[in-house]
Amino acid sequence: MSTQILTIAPAGTWSLDPVHSSVGFEVPYLAGTFKGEFHEIGAGLTVEDERASLEGSAKVASVDVKDENLAAHLQSPDFFDAERYPELRFSADEIALDGDRNVSVDGELTIKGVTKPVTVTGTVTAPIADAWGNDRIGLNLTATVDRTDFGVSWNNPLPSGEPSLANDVTILADLQFVKAG
Amino acid sequence: MTRVLGISGSLRRDSHNTSLLRAAAEAAGPDVELELYDGLKQVPPYDEDDDVHPRPPAVARLNAAIEEADAVVFSTPEYNSSIPGQLKNAIDWISRPLATNALRNKPVAVVGASTGGFGAVWAQAELRKVLAVLGARVLDVELPVPHAHTRFDEGDLTDEEIRAALTEVLETLADEVREREEAKAVA
Repeated sequence: MSTQILTIAPAGTWSLDPVHSSVGFEVPYLAGTFKGEFHEIGAGLTVEDERASLEGSAKVASVDVKDENLAAHLQSPDFFDAERYPELRFSADEIALDGDRNVSVDGELTIKGVTKPVTVTGTVTAPIADAWGNDRIGLNLTATVDRTDFGVSWNNPLPSGEPSLANDVTILADLQFVKAG
Repeated sequence: MTRVLGISGSLRRDSHNTSLLRAAAEAAGPDVELELYDGLKQVPPYDEDDDVHPRPPAVARLNAAIEEADAVVFSTPEYNSSIPGQLKNAIDWISRPLATNALRNKPVAVVGASTGGFGAVWAQAELRKVLAVLGARVLDVELPVPHAHTRFDEGDLTDEEIRAALTEVLETLADEVREREEAKAVA
């Protein structure tokens, strides 16, 4: 019986379509979930034989939340420290795919100058031909990290003494990659 | 040369906190220059109706002094377990607008003196919290000077341990300023 080698996408260099992609985060705060998105993002996917590598980055200064004062606080040393660490980065060269198009990525995430290994999971679509003559895939990835591991440790206690902001943050990346067909 | 602005949260003439900053100015190493701010008392109560251009002169002067400094060291007494009202009021002025305020990314340190046994540690902690919300680069140091009335002789610091700690705080601030400049040079 022969083993079929599964790769995330056909071989080649895939470029991000940033307009139709998003990178954001969700973190439990007070009685709900606080969400934000980074507008300036970059990513590249290279597939070669049975190996694939993924690189991505997001500009901290481009963080978008619903209040400008909150955005300012997120960029301050209390949170991401945009002046000293202007980018969040992710890189991986171990990408596994199963027959149901589920993806598991072992990579390294860098936030606030701290790099930690992280496992990212998600799905990848089968390639489609888009209307402009390119091949296109959609990669949807999620990872949960403890923000305090990266030195992002701000909190404010509730009257009960419990912290108002959770430590576990979900990072969500919905990425479309294109390759000249 | 690192230019540090010293802001005392106590207004009275013979304030221990002002004396502490004077001692810090003398204890500063050769590469650090500490200038005391003398206009805190003139800052009017914060009123959004007055927060227009031009800003009240006492506010504009304080803002400019902070902007021109490489770093700021605050020395705070403790009033009812917290930050003195006039110091908090001045910071409230400086904080607006939050995204571009003069303390944003500025290396700051907090020290404090009180005549009680704890050296204004609660006020220092609250002040660090407030400064962090403004986006300042707040040093993770605490310098409590308890029983302050026993540590000065006619305003001159007589405690060598505290003098050495002040020198260290200013050196750490200068290191932060250098790191900030290096990061900017790379960017």
